[in-house]
Amino acid sequence: MRINGRIGYTITYLFVVLACGFVMNGCSPKDETSVAKAEESQFIIKNKGSDTMVNLAQAWAEQYTDVSTTASVEVSGGGSGTGVAALINGTVDIANCSRQVKPKELELATQNTGKAPQEFIVGYDALAVYVHQDTPLDKITITQLAEIYGENGTITKWSDLGILHSDCPSDKIIRISRQSNSGTYFYFREALLGTSRDFRIGSLDLHGSKDVVEVVGRTPCAIGYSGMGYATSHVKMLEVAVDSDSPYYPPNLENVLAKTYPIARPLYMYSLGEPTGEVKVYLDWILSTEGQEIVEKLGFVPLESKSE
Amino acid sequence: MNILRKKSAANLPFSETAIELFIRLCGISSMIFVFGIFFFVFREGASFLFNGLDLGQFLTSVEWQPTSLQNKRYGAFALIVGTFSVTLLAMCIAVPFGLGAAIFVSEFCSPKLRETFKIIIELLAAIPSVVWGFIGLTLMNQLIIAVFKAPIGLTMLNGSIMLALMSVPIIVSIAEDALKAVPDSYREAAEALGATRWQVVYRVLLPAAKNGLLAAVLLGAARSIGETMAVLMATGHSVNIPSGPLSWIRTLTATIAAELGEVARGDEHYQVLFIIGILLFTITFVVNLIADLVIKGIRQEP
Repeated sequence: MRINGRIGYTITYLFVVLACGFVMNGCSPKDETSVAKAEESQFIIKNKGSDTMVNLAQAWAEQYTDVSTTASVEVSGGGSGTGVAALINGTVDIANCSRQVKPKELELATQNTGKAPQEFIVGYDALAVYVHQDTPLDKITITQLAEIYGENGTITKWSDLGILHSDCPSDKIIRISRQSNSGTYFYFREALLGTSRDFRIGSLDLHGSKDVVEVVGRTPCAIGYSGMGYATSHVKMLEVAVDSDSPYYPPNLENVLAKTYPIARPLYMYSLGEPTGEVKVYLDWILSTEGQEIVEKLGFVPLESKSE
Repeated sequence: MNILRKKSAANLPFSETAIELFIRLCGISSMIFVFGIFFFVFREGASFLFNGLDLGQFLTSVEWQPTSLQNKRYGAFALIVGTFSVTLLAMCIAVPFGLGAAIFVSEFCSPKLRETFKIIIELLAAIPSVVWGFIGLTLMNQLIIAVFKAPIGLTMLNGSIMLALMSVPIIVSIAEDALKAVPDSYREAAEALGATRWQVVYRVLLPAAKNGLLAAVLLGAARSIGETMAVLMATGHSVNIPSGPLSWIRTLTATIAAELGEVARGDEHYQVLFIIGILLFTITFVVNLIADLVIKGIRQEP
């Protein structure tokens, strides 16, 4: 039958692909040995975790190749949870985390590896509330955001916020959120709703900080949250106040450092046990002026003491 | 039979015996893989499935709050509805196109054109799903906003169009095979009776090949149900019961893809994602089984 002919074709194709794979594998050992030789004398620091921080960690690691001749850094993302899991299994030297590691997780890591994880705050990330550039709205309060995003919230329309949004004929607020286990989602939920209330279902849960800003930039009805560093010319960052009686602050460096902007969070790195040797040198460098300059360059907020 | 085979095997050169063994292993391995995967998926989800998960809530509630701090709820109803609605709409688009193309390729076009068409259709099947998702996220998104004046283009319709384009090649190849399997004597007899070409297709070929065509549609549907990346990117990924083609939705597959990455191993949420895996496995298994039985049906017919 014809179907069999097609399957035969597919199998042949598979074999060709496999054969190509073998040929390529056959070539690679040569390259591997040369790389291995170059790095033989180097200590490799394994660094893993938060997706929010992965660009930052990568930038540090790249810059560090100019700074240190004795160590290099291997960075991978996967999310804060992945970093913590690796810490618990003892397979990384430093875990990146955009949320604080829970006491239970710290305990597990200590039990498993015999070393208690040490916490370092390496910078801050401000979450900006984004709307489309044509939205006639400039400021918002945390209380309003809670009613927009929270379960049984009372604000579902732009007119509920007291504005007439002519570019959004349906008047319905389209909520853009993140997938339910990103560190950003967790932080934003806690900042808005505390620990006792959940987000309302029905938001568009996108898969990356950048996607949120892009979609908001194309959707006049939308509101979204993402790191301050992701802003584009198609979106507007709202000024945020805790409630209607408090002053509004735009998300910027000064306000985050002065701790007046209400939705900013620390970024953490965790080492297994008190850092020693190359790991300690690397962490010290990250906290130095040079390391903190990179934080600022990537749109995050550097540590207070170092930026003065 | 057995003795015969042994005798002939003894006479064969070693290389041939080795090749035969290798091919036999290949054949058995696929079976081992399928059962292995099912076992693994089942094992990861089993303890929560039988002990803790409220199955009624899982199947009927729309509340999907797996990371809630004080009240975790695992209601997958919206995800199930999302999967089925996007697949149904995709089939509404893909079936007429796929069957139409198959009839054209098998009955109406010249042999030379036919080969070109088949190559192009196979190319369509070779486009990776993430590329489809990308097209949905960028191009189709803008198009739907412009055409339907929708506030946002990441909708069920967007995902359905992507899925339809992905399942059309499958439908075309299998449907064409089914049409080709109808003996030429049928066509000749119909034409001898004075039927036009269209009458031959409509009155003779379609009824004769109906099982094969049904199988083509079912395999296309199975492809749509299992598709992940494209629907994750194109449908808006929102827990929502759709009210029309321009609603955004979330599917079972996309939920696993989006959430498994950051969930702690062995956690309740982790296990629920595997239970969704079991559900998907069951759905595609049933669809494939039906398709298989239907194909068997055509083989038994003359």
